[in-house]
Formats: sequence, C-alpha cells, structure tokens
Amino acid sequence: MSVRHALLALLSEGPKYGLQLREEFEGRTGEVWPLNVGQVYTTLQRLERDGLVESDESNDDGPQKGFRITAEGEEELADWLRTPPDLSAPPRDELVIKILVALHLPGVDVHEVVQVHRRYMVELMQQWTRLKEDEGHLDLGFALVVDAELFRLDSVIRWLDAADGRIKRATVEPLRPVAPTRPMPSVKRRSGVRR
Amino acid sequence: MDDVSKVYGEGATKVHALTEIDLSVDAGALVAVMGASGSGKSTLLTIAGSLEEPTSGKVLVGGSRLSRLSRNERARLRRRSIGFVFQDYNLLAGLSAVENVALPLELDGVPAKRAQSAAMTTLEELGLADRAAHFPDELSGGERQRVSIARAVVGERHLLLADEPSGALDSANGEAVMRLILAACHRGVAAIVVTHDAQLASWADRVVFLRDGRVVDQTMPPSRPESLLMPAPNQ
Repeated sequence: MSVRHALLALLSEGPKYGLQLREEFEGRTGEVWPLNVGQVYTTLQRLERDGLVESDESNDDGPQKGFRITAEGEEELADWLRTPPDLSAPPRDELVIKILVALHLPGVDVHEVVQVHRRYMVELMQQWTRLKEDEGHLDLGFALVVDAELFRLDSVIRWLDAADGRIKRATVEPLRPVAPTRPMPSVKRRSGVRR
Repeated sequence: MDDVSKVYGEGATKVHALTEIDLSVDAGALVAVMGASGSGKSTLLTIAGSLEEPTSGKVLVGGSRLSRLSRNERARLRRRSIGFVFQDYNLLAGLSAVENVALPLELDGVPAKRAQSAAMTTLEELGLADRAAHFPDELSGGERQRVSIARAVVGERHLLLADEPSGALDSANGEAVMRLILAACHRGVAAIVVTHDAQLASWADRVVFLRDGRVVDQTMPPSRPESLLMPAPNQ
C-alpha cells in the first residue's frame, strides 16, 4: 500500500493539513488501513524533499502546517495510477509451500491439510461478508475494499479446491493397471492371423 | 437429517452418494453446504426436500418425520412448507412472473385471486413489482432468479432449499440473490444453500463441507467482524 501516493492523491484535491490527511486517508479506505500520525509526517517530509509537495512558509511544524501538491507531484501521481503493480514473479506463497510439503510428508493426509486451510479462509470470508450485510450504510470505498478481500480469499479457496482435485486424481491414476505384460492375448492374436 | 445415507445401484455399480449425514438447520438460520461436484450436495438437497428418499436415516421437516407421511402428505408439505431455488430458475415460460410465483399457492388450492395478490406482495417485497406482468424470456438472468426466489418464499414457507442459486449470474446478481435468501431467513425461514462458490457460502451462518458424501468439517460461528479491522502486528 503506497501511503506516499495516497497522500499525493488527497493533496491533488487541494491543500490540506497533516491531521486532515490522516483522517481522510482512513475514511477513504474504509478505515481498513489505520495510519499513525508519525507515518503521515515522515511521508510528507520525504515528498517535500523530493519536490512533490510544498508546505506553508510558516515555521510551525505542528498540526496546523498546510501542504499542497506541486506540478511534479501531479505528474508522479498520474504515472503511479497507470503503473501496474509488479505481479510478474510468482510470490513465494506460504500456503502453496505448506501444501507442497504436506504432499510428501509420510503420515500426513494432504486433503485434511487442504481442508483446514479451506475452512479458515471461508471463516474469514464469512467475517468480511458480514461487514457488508447492512447495505444501506455501506460506504463505497469500504465496500470496494471488502470486495477486494473477498475476491482474494475466494481465489485462494479456488486454488485449494483445484489442488484437492488434482492431488486426488494423481493418487488414483497410478493404481490403474499398466499395459498388460502377460503374453497370452498377443499369442492368441498371432494364431488368429495365421489362420 | 439424522444419520442419513443414500446408496444408488447395487453390487459392483453401487454408489454411496451420502453416508451418515447429521445436519440440522434452525428456523431463521442460513446453512451453506460446500463441496466439489459429485460430493453429494444435490442429493442432500433433494432428500431434505422430500423429492427423494434416503436409503437409511431420518429426515424431519418442521418436526414431521418424512418417512411417516403418506405420499399425499409429503406432496402437501412440499407445496406449503418447502421452497426450491434451482440454478436454471425452472420458471414456466408460458406464465408471467406473478403467475409463476402464484402457482405453488394455486396448486395448493388457494383461490386464484388470493394467490395472485399474495404473489404480488412477495414480488413487491423483492423489488420486482414492475416486472410482475413480464414473461421469463423478457427478464434478465438476475430478475429470473429473483422471481424464482419469490416463488420459493411465497405463502408460509418454512424451509428454503437452493441448489447453486447464483449459477451463471455475475457477482452483483449473485450477491442480490444471497441478500434475498438472507432476508427470508431474517423472517424466520430456515435455508440450505448448496454451492461450490465460497463467496455465496460466506453469507451463511454456518458452512458445512461435504466430501465423497460425508460431512468432513464445518465452520465455527463467525467471530466479530470488527477484529478484521485491527492493524496486523507486523504492519
């Protein structure tokens, strides 16, 4: 989560104070990502150092100090909005690793391990879904964050379901009889040809 | 459902569709049954709705043990107390939305006028009053499924059984369908939704996991959702 760019976005609407930025950031993200005030000021200092925001001339470094975005800041924000997050390299997913480990551990039922994680994910989804039950009072930003989380957890469950099925098929298939090695059928066929 | 099993076929072709299922759903509760295809989800639903009989075990709906009821009594129970929602809506193409919804009441002997008026009330509650005169092929997929939910809850139904109710619907319509089912539960209906879709299942009070015809797991009662909004310790 880029606090830096979120603050730039808020400042692109007009000059604001540090405390105001914190409140608006939390409000817009449905208060899912709390932000401490120190984090806001450190980020603002760095943005100012990089020439992306300017502060009031006053010497007051307290909560009444105002900030505004610069032209470079606007440009940086526009670039960031359109830059895709880096999803090209597969992350070293802890859950995937656990299932891979369970697959080869003697005495461990990998399907049981899959189910433990599936149930946990569904329980988390139940909690997130409860948050959007009261549709009338649903803040748009918050609803979007909840949906994002539900889709993310859903995709984990779908992977678990697919893995469960794939492992089941893989353990069933080797039990099928391999190509017959007994000579009887081919002998019969040969004698048939001769006739 | 008390110790319910269902076996199809005999000898070498014998299939254990359900094995020793214990499942109870209180009035006002929404239970989701999740499982892969072939796990026995649909069989569970048809047995709960008395469309099929178990090989062994007891099924009780509103205190009545299904196996002790006559064929006619079971049919009446299905018409009066149980509503079904199917993936492909199962609306009758030659009937308008309101006629489709009134149908189970009329089949139960309610005079046509009263049935239509009850159907209209239900459609209004579901925000479909302006679609009442439309035929199924004039409705969108989401509207058709909402009409089929209206048909499933019209009158004094106590049990709502839904098989993959969001089927091919997009997520907004899927959510709308689950909100309607939940609203029925808040009015005291007991509902079972079988689905492979975790987003649908997550609307339920309890999620039961089915695997190869057996209940293998279920969710704990959800904890307070506010806990999700606490900052994680490592952030």
